[in-house]
Amino acid sequence: MTAGMAVPSLVINVALIVLGLSTALVVLRLLRGPSLPDRVVASDSLGANVIALIVVLSLKVGTPHYLDSVLVLAVLGFLGTSAAAKFLVRGGLIDKHGD
Amino acid sequence: MQDLIFRTIARQALYIIMAFSLFLMFRGHNLPGGGFIAGLGTAAAIVVQYLAFDLELVRRSLPVDYKYFIAAGLLLALGTGLGTALGNRLFMNHTFAYYHLPLIGEIELTTALLFDLGVYLVVIGATLTIIATIGEE
Repeated sequence: MTAGMAVPSLVINVALIVLGLSTALVVLRLLRGPSLPDRVVASDSLGANVIALIVVLSLKVGTPHYLDSVLVLAVLGFLGTSAAAKFLVRGGLIDKHGD
Repeated sequence: MQDLIFRTIARQALYIIMAFSLFLMFRGHNLPGGGFIAGLGTAAAIVVQYLAFDLELVRRSLPVDYKYFIAAGLLLALGTGLGTALGNRLFMNHTFAYYHLPLIGEIELTTALLFDLGVYLVVIGATLTIIATIGEE
């Protein structure tokens, strides 16, 4: 993380501010989303925002160790969003027999 | 559910998530990772298959009873602890050595990795037993 071209710290700070604002707006939608699909989409994009925040933060701090949590969050976000989508569409999570 | 897009993605995601969870298990102890999170990752990979396909299909393609995973993992973890206790060392005293393996190169293999393998099996067994039991109802 030390080798290669360094990202200017102004870019990193602006990106952190913008991502923080975006996360705040997404949390607002998550709290007062009128319907359940709104909240599901909001939680999915909250996961994406948190992933982006961690990546930018690991650039700022200069350590690659935060990037593992990014991968775990990506897997869990995919699992949660697809489970919520299936629950909304089908009403259940795991089918017994294929149709 | 005949969702072509979800099924296609789920097939590819199985390999990616499994590779990531195995990577997490083998780098544990010195860096973030270990058997617990690796087991959760593998369980997540199989839960995605449960979501995309149905219970019967996954059970036919993975014909194992996950309850045995719990017992096997606990026995393996206990065995690695007792093995060192039998050899005039303390219980759960772990050791490590450096090996040179083909294709991988220099690698540090620890007996704690065997303990982690036990934790991995226990976590997979417990998680998938719970989820499959809930799914059956």
